[in-house]
Amino acid sequence: MDFLDMFLNIGFWAATVRMATPLIFGTLGELICERAGVLNLGIEGIMTTGAMVAWMWVYQGGDLWTAVFVAAAFGMLFGYLHSIFSVYMGLSQHVTGIGITLLSTSLSYYSFRMLLPGVTTPPKIEPFEAWPVPLLSDIPVVGEAFFNQSPLTYCAFILVGVVAYVLYRTPMGLAVRMVGENPLAVEGQGIDVYKVRTAAVMVGSAFMAVGGAFLTISVFDAFYFDMVNGRGWICVALVIFASWRPGKALLGAVLFAAFDAIQIRVQQASSTFIPYQFYLMMPYLFSILALIIMSRKAAYPKALLVPFRRGQR
Amino acid sequence: MQLEPRLQTPLWMTVAAPVAAVVIVLLLCGGLIAWAGAPLVDSYIALFKGAFGSKFALAETLVRATPLILTGLAAAVAFRAKLWNIGGEGQLYMGALATTYFGTGLVVLPAPLMIPFLFVVGAIAGGLLLLVPALLKTKLKVDEVVTTLLLNFVILLLTNYLLFGPWKDPLAMGWPQGAPVVDSGILPNLIAKTRLHGGLIFSLIAAVCIWLVMSKTKWGLEIRAVGLNQDAATFAGIPINKTIIRTALISGGLAACAGVTEVAGTKEYLTLDISPGFGYTGIAVAMLAGLNPLGVILAALFIAGIYNGADSMSRAMDVSNYIADVITAASLLMVMLAVMLTRMRIRFG
Repeated sequence: MDFLDMFLNIGFWAATVRMATPLIFGTLGELICERAGVLNLGIEGIMTTGAMVAWMWVYQGGDLWTAVFVAAAFGMLFGYLHSIFSVYMGLSQHVTGIGITLLSTSLSYYSFRMLLPGVTTPPKIEPFEAWPVPLLSDIPVVGEAFFNQSPLTYCAFILVGVVAYVLYRTPMGLAVRMVGENPLAVEGQGIDVYKVRTAAVMVGSAFMAVGGAFLTISVFDAFYFDMVNGRGWICVALVIFASWRPGKALLGAVLFAAFDAIQIRVQQASSTFIPYQFYLMMPYLFSILALIIMSRKAAYPKALLVPFRRGQR
Repeated sequence: MQLEPRLQTPLWMTVAAPVAAVVIVLLLCGGLIAWAGAPLVDSYIALFKGAFGSKFALAETLVRATPLILTGLAAAVAFRAKLWNIGGEGQLYMGALATTYFGTGLVVLPAPLMIPFLFVVGAIAGGLLLLVPALLKTKLKVDEVVTTLLLNFVILLLTNYLLFGPWKDPLAMGWPQGAPVVDSGILPNLIAKTRLHGGLIFSLIAAVCIWLVMSKTKWGLEIRAVGLNQDAATFAGIPINKTIIRTALISGGLAACAGVTEVAGTKEYLTLDISPGFGYTGIAVAMLAGLNPLGVILAALFIAGIYNGADSMSRAMDVSNYIADVITAASLLMVMLAVMLTRMRIRFG
């Protein structure tokens, strides 16, 4: 296996960008929630819900782009539910997050079974087609790898810039960052901490759901149970790896996807010497390794996990 | 909207809150059952009968409650110390792997020694698995939520490899399953013609022991103190890191024992689906019990009943048995809310 060949291979870079897409959506979503001081462990279930409802919308005859918005709406719904428990009631963010994951996953599976009873092989839909960017996709190698992707992939990359701009250059972004650092000070400015946190969790959850939707209506053409397969948890790790910064989150997601693409290619190229399950473990082990490396420098938002109770210090 | 602490919580409220929460959840989930086109009352009757309606149904519910008591205890102990162990599923499989490694012929002892031996090696394996995130937390400040969650996937893949590879039983007609546990390692059957096995006795004893440890010993006090306020615990001279490591070993060991009861009791050999998410459901059990070890027994019975009842309801009424997962998850959230409202009141405006 010649590594140089692999890195010069267009397919490798195209796959890296493709696999990074759901991670970018999920990581950005989690990052927004955590910047506002709320750990959102509902991510794994919200991605599953996004994957299911977007697919179901298209399968029932809906339009692909509308499906993205339907997924986002369901994400916001579960985000709102999460914030009722974690923001308004101030309950443990760890446990409510797991609760939201269990609830949204099971509701998705239940609805899928009820809407399509007796289906054994997952039915298929017509997913997003690659959408070559005019001119840019004509650039040799780079064009084909980066500018001949699903439109949702372009959205993910653009969203990184938008989120960075909003977080660091607008009063709204300042409010979000401040409720994650010092909610009392925000309260002193006459801004409603509950509302800012709830809005951040809802927007973040919408991103997560779109990340899930990307799996069913862009990469694959069907909905499988367990298809999110820990991607949500990996996003939680990537947020810490990225030190809560959108640019670094993009870098982390792409690096991670590149490792994943390498892992798949090495697995295909090598003989049966190493069992495939060990390759499949790599993404999870990489995530843990990344956490270990970055944790020394991790500067958590100061009010992360701390519930805000008005009138109490 | 404002939350303010209640000066005192009446006893009736402490008892009524979780019950009311569960009733609300069952009413809400009634909407899902109605959506499936099934009659609501008949469906819930079918669910109840499937859970507790006959000797056989009750035995099956107890079989299912056995691992849930253990994973519930694992979560309850860890959460008391605010050690967020979401890795019960992985630790359960570690216990199952250890049982298969030692229990299928490598070591053969008479039953009175063999069964405790399997629980000990299982618990050690599970404890060691949680020791890794606990050490990373105490030494390097690595968040344990993510590491325990991710290790679940690693251990499941390891199990997958072993069952499709070196540990595959050649006599299993090509199914990916481990060799059967030796006769002396099998947990004895408790009631003839049912699957109920001695794992239930073990899990009940474990619940009582954990209750004693948590409420009557120095260890229990230290674990609770670390969870309540680390600064105060440090000031009181409690070794924080040591307590967290100790909690991790106990919690991981308990979850792993659920793997032992499943392999040596319920199935008698290791399969890939030995646990339908017992590790995750254990979190719901622990929260339903308000992290009380004795409450875990009741909560596990309730959740096990819901799962078994939903299975028979789905056969009778054409309602997908995923309804059980929905009820469990919704109960987890609703009971947390109800318990909080016994301590706080909401003031609007």
